[in-house]
Amino acid sequence: MIVSDLGLSALSRMLAGPGLRLRTGPLVSQIRSRIPLVAQGIALHYAAHPVEPSDGFADFHIRIARPANLRRWMQPQVIFQLDQSAPFSPLPANQAFPMLEWGMNWCASSLCNQYLTIHAAVVEKSGRALILPAPPGSGKSTLCAGLVNRGWRLLSDELTLIDPANGHITPLPRPVSLKNKSIRVIQDFAPTARFTPPVHDTVKGTVAHMQPPLETVQRAMETARPGWMVLPRYEAGAATTLTPLPKAQALIQLADNAFNYALHGSSGFETLVQLIENSQCYTFTYSQLDEAVAVFDQLALQP
Amino acid sequence: MSMPKTDLVRAALCAPGSSMGLSLPQWETLIRQGRSADLLGRMAVQLHTHGLLDQVPSAPRAHLQSARISSLAQDDSVRREVGHISKALAGCEIDVILLKGSAYTLLGSPAAQGRMFSDIDILVPKASLGRVEDALMRHGWMSTNNNAYDQRYYREWMHELPPLQHMKRGTVLDVHHTILPETARLKPDPAKLIAASNAIAGYANLRVLAPVDRILHSATHLFHNEEMSHGLRDLSDLDLMLRHHSTEPDFWHRLTDRAQEMDLLQPLFNCLRYTHKILATPMPDSILAAIRTQAQWHTRWMDALWTRALATHHSTASDAFTSTALGMLYLRAHWLRMPPWLLAYHLSVKALRKHE
Repeated sequence: MIVSDLGLSALSRMLAGPGLRLRTGPLVSQIRSRIPLVAQGIALHYAAHPVEPSDGFADFHIRIARPANLRRWMQPQVIFQLDQSAPFSPLPANQAFPMLEWGMNWCASSLCNQYLTIHAAVVEKSGRALILPAPPGSGKSTLCAGLVNRGWRLLSDELTLIDPANGHITPLPRPVSLKNKSIRVIQDFAPTARFTPPVHDTVKGTVAHMQPPLETVQRAMETARPGWMVLPRYEAGAATTLTPLPKAQALIQLADNAFNYALHGSSGFETLVQLIENSQCYTFTYSQLDEAVAVFDQLALQP
Repeated sequence: MSMPKTDLVRAALCAPGSSMGLSLPQWETLIRQGRSADLLGRMAVQLHTHGLLDQVPSAPRAHLQSARISSLAQDDSVRREVGHISKALAGCEIDVILLKGSAYTLLGSPAAQGRMFSDIDILVPKASLGRVEDALMRHGWMSTNNNAYDQRYYREWMHELPPLQHMKRGTVLDVHHTILPETARLKPDPAKLIAASNAIAGYANLRVLAPVDRILHSATHLFHNEEMSHGLRDLSDLDLMLRHHSTEPDFWHRLTDRAQEMDLLQPLFNCLRYTHKILATPMPDSILAAIRTQAQWHTRWMDALWTRALATHHSTASDAFTSTALGMLYLRAHWLRMPPWLLAYHLSVKALRKHE
C-alpha cells in the first residue's frame, strides 16, 4: 500500500489515531499528528511512498502536536516529539510541515550513525552519484531541484548517507526544501513540479517543499556508487564555470560538511578517502540553471 | 501494586541472549526503551561481545550499530580529554582521582561497556580546590553558571564546584572534593578514599578509587540522586562491577567492612537489594540473608518506589505510579542531602525561580 491509496480523510484519521508508518528508503517513521497541515503535506509529498504494516519495525516514533500551554490561544505553536522527548523549541503553528521535515532530517543525521553522513544534496545518473556538499545559501538545493527536474534521480537534497562497508550511497527519498528566491526559480524552471504553499518567516526565511519525482520513490532501495563531488556556488550574473578541485581539498570539504565524521574515527577517514578517490572533484559557479544542468549532463556522458 | 509493564531493556541486561527470541514489534519496543534509558550502546556492546549482534534482524541492528559506533568514539574522546585534564593539573602537585564514567573507561572496566556520559568527574583534596580551579581556568575551563544563588549552593553546601566547561572543546568537567554534599546526613571521609586509591598506568597524577570504593561511590551517588533519568543505567554499572569484582578473594567481606568504615551501609544495602532484585546480580547466601534481615518496616514501600525509578522510563515499561515514585524519590534525595531548614530554603528558591 502507498500513501495515496489512503485518500486524505483516511490518512488524517490514521495520523490522528494509531499513526502512519511511512517508509522513506531505509527508514520507517511512525508519524502521529492531528494537525491538518501535516496531513496535507504528507498527502502531497509522500503520495507514492510505501505505508508499512503495524506489525513491522518503525525506526522513529514521531509526533507533531500543539504544546499544552497558554500560548495556544494567543499564538498557536507546534512541537516535534521523538518518542517521549521534544528536542527542539516550539515553532509557530503554520510551520508544522517544515517542522516535521526538519525533525525527520535530525533523526537521520543524529541517530543513524551506522552511516557516515554528509550535509549534502545527492543525485544520481547511470548508477553514479553526484554529491553537492555546501553551506546554506550556496544554491545546492536549487541546483539539486534543477537536476532532478531534468532526468537526474534525487537521492536526497540534504543528507548523503554513505555505507562505510562499501562506500555506496543510500537514498533517503523525501521532498526538496527550497528557500526564498529559489522557490520561484524552480517553479519557473519546472512548471509541472508540485509544491506545498510557501511558509514565511521561518528561521530559514520563506520555505517551500517540492514533491520528490516518482522515480525517486520507486527506486528508493537502489544505492549508488560515488561519481562526482562538486562544490556549487550560485552567483548572480556569473558565467557557468566548472573547475577541477584538488582531491586533498575535496576531502577536507567533505569532512567539514559531515555530521558524524569524528564518531567514525579512522574508518571514517578511510571511507572519505575511498569516496574521493572514486570521484571526480570540482568547484562549480553558476547563475543560469539551464546551463548548469547541461554541464552535468555532459559530465554524465563521459566514462 | 503491580510491577511495571514489560521492561525489555531490563530483561536484555539480565541475559543478553534473551533478546534473540523477540518479534520485530518487540525489537521496536526494546530499541525505543533502550534509547530512552540511554542503554542502547551497552546492549549493543554486550550483544557484540556475545557474538549475537549479527544475528539481530537488520532494522533493529542498525540502531544498535549506530549506538555502538557512538560509544566506541566516546572511548577515544574520553581518553583524549583525560589527557588534557592531567596536563592542566600537572603543576598543582596533587593526585587527581577520576570518578565514574572516565575511570571505568580508563580501566577498561566492564561498567565502561557502551556507557554514554557527558561529563567527566574528578575528585581532588578540598585544600587544593583554589589551585585546581585556577589551573583549570588558565587552561580554558570556564564556570558555566553565573547565578549567585547557584554559586553559593555549590560552593557552600555541595560537594563540588559549579560545572566547568572548556571554551574550545565544549567538554564539561565536575570537580568534587568529596562524594556527598557537606550538608548530607552520611559523612564519608574523602581522605580515606584518596589514601586507598590506585594509580593508572601512563598518567603520573591520575588515580582511580579502589574497586570496593568505586562500587560504594557509584551506589552512594545513585541512591542519593534526585534525578533518575539514568537510574537503570547506573544500576547496571553496579551490577557489572559486582559481577566482575566478586571473583576477587574476600570481596564481599571487604565491601561490607569498607561500607561500615565509610558510613555508607545504607547506600550499600540499597545497591545490593536492588541489583539483585532487578538485575539478578549473583550474591552469596550470607549477603542475601543479611539484606533480608536488614529490611525495615518501610522497605516494602521503598521497593515499590525503587523498582519503578530503577526501570526504563518509557510508556511501554512504566505504570501509573511511576511518576509519583520519581517525585517521592526526588524529595527523599533532597532530604538526605540537606538538613530540613536548608531543604525548605532551597526548594523555595527553586520554586520561585520557575516563575521568573
